[in-house]
Amino acid sequence: MAEKYEINQTEVWDGNYAAAHALRQAQVDVVSAYPITPSTPIVENYGNFVSNGYIDGEFVMVESEHAAMSGCVGAAAAGGRVATATSSQGFALMVEVLYQASGMRLPIVLNVVNRALASPLNVRGDHSDMYLGRDAGWINLDAFNAQEAYDMNLCAFRIGEHLDVRLPVMVHQDGFITSHTAQNINPLQDEDAYKFVGVYQPVEEMLDFSKPVTYGAQTEEDWHYEHKARQHSALMRSTRVIDEVFADFKALTGREYKRVESYMMEDAEVAVVALGTTVETLRQAAKELRKEGLKAGVIAPRCFRPFPFDQIAEVCGDAKAVCVMDRSAPGGAMGAMFNEISAAILATGKRPLVTNYIYGLGGRDFSVDEAKRIFKEQKAHADAGHITTQIQQFSGLRGPRLGFFESKRS
Amino acid sequence: MVEIRWHSRAGQGAVTGAKGLGDVVSTTGKQVQAFALYGSAKRGAAMRAYNRIDDEQIINHEKFMYPDFVLVIDPALAFTDNITDNDKASTKYIITTHLSKEDLIAQIPSLQERKERVFVVDCMKISLDTIGRAIPNTPMLGAFVKISGMFELDYFLDRMKKVLSKFPQKIIDSNMDAITTAYNTVK
Repeated sequence: MAEKYEINQTEVWDGNYAAAHALRQAQVDVVSAYPITPSTPIVENYGNFVSNGYIDGEFVMVESEHAAMSGCVGAAAAGGRVATATSSQGFALMVEVLYQASGMRLPIVLNVVNRALASPLNVRGDHSDMYLGRDAGWINLDAFNAQEAYDMNLCAFRIGEHLDVRLPVMVHQDGFITSHTAQNINPLQDEDAYKFVGVYQPVEEMLDFSKPVTYGAQTEEDWHYEHKARQHSALMRSTRVIDEVFADFKALTGREYKRVESYMMEDAEVAVVALGTTVETLRQAAKELRKEGLKAGVIAPRCFRPFPFDQIAEVCGDAKAVCVMDRSAPGGAMGAMFNEISAAILATGKRPLVTNYIYGLGGRDFSVDEAKRIFKEQKAHADAGHITTQIQQFSGLRGPRLGFFESKRS
Repeated sequence: MVEIRWHSRAGQGAVTGAKGLGDVVSTTGKQVQAFALYGSAKRGAAMRAYNRIDDEQIINHEKFMYPDFVLVIDPALAFTDNITDNDKASTKYIITTHLSKEDLIAQIPSLQERKERVFVVDCMKISLDTIGRAIPNTPMLGAFVKISGMFELDYFLDRMKKVLSKFPQKIIDSNMDAITTAYNTVK
């Protein structure tokens, strides 16, 4: 029996420590990990909890992130509750196995502490790793601060392990800005947290020798397509379970989460869409601009996958200008989230002026003042009735002004 | 909102100090933030840590700030780092040094027009005398408690004991001693 961990009603924890406590409280059986900055303290603290008797679990040390996720796949197929954490290059090395995990329908929880991808080498936060894994068939939840990193982890186990879902779940938090920033956190007591997460229910576990099963079988053109379609269908339909789990979490803690978070969008004339800590910086800017009379609002996909296509269009309301911010180098295209948000809006009859900002790569600071400037630029588009700048721009970039594409619309 | 910037070298405990301060402040019901600009910084490299304190939840994640307090816990950084970056007319400076306040200010031109807001304390000597190692973060907390007037010393010591509760009693006692000495000697 694990030792009791004393927890105060208010703790000052950073995002990593908060996530580590969530793993402890969920009584994760196996963490197979190869630590990498800035996610290291999550698995390090889990190992610490195991060694000090605070959890009956196993920390498996491996030789790479590819092996780390492979270990998770093995342990999850064997019938255990499994989690790990990674960032950036480690995430990139895991990618092959991420597809294996989702294809085998194993509800592993992966904490992705978002960090830039090399080259040039950089340990700080951006969303390159998140974007790299977005088609891997995992549910992707995004935390905007340390409290949410804790909350999303508890929700992730419930969602992924639900018998109607059985899919792995990533919980994203911004490297350093969330992972290494200590803030007030209101954690649950251990009993309440575990009660919320629930006892792990194995499905087709390999260690049930009375019923042999195969994981990772080969299927060619006869069945592969049906498997992938079914997997996609499960991911798309997980929205019902996600909503239910968020509702239960609210009943327990009073903290409300939605698949799309919106802030002051009811009457917003201009909106900015973003992920991660930037969402809170934008809220601060919108709040200040409202005092100056600018009807600013903020939209943030809490659930990046399954992408909340219908809800995005809904929350955009009657906004006249919408700016989508991508914290990942787009590699020769418009930002990925810009494309997805534009498509969601296009499916409705509305035609707001949608523009794209690339920003914050490699941890470049995104300030409240810059957020305000971007809101005001949206207002200029709205007043002019057309996009007054290039469609894709770069925020906080030094050197000559960079931008691409112009709108012919008037 | 109260904003604090720590100037330190990696390894001197500015992050621990900032988090410890955050821990204590949170017990008063206030919202706190403690973070640092580091990453792959080498031990001994100049680095900065930050605190924000407010009555409402802190949702500002920018690294930039106009500090209300600047805490310098390495004596040489007062000379080599731009400790007056983005300051305000009211920013207070607490600097660790073995020099007298007058001697220190005489050697640092940027402090001469701010001398009413400069305070000195010898965190290095205090930590060597009490803790036995050059760990200037804890004494700086004592000096901050005095200069900011944010807490009564006894309240702060009591809460700090809880923050350090996982350490052996000897370490807790020497840290309390360091905080008290700095509180009493900061000028």
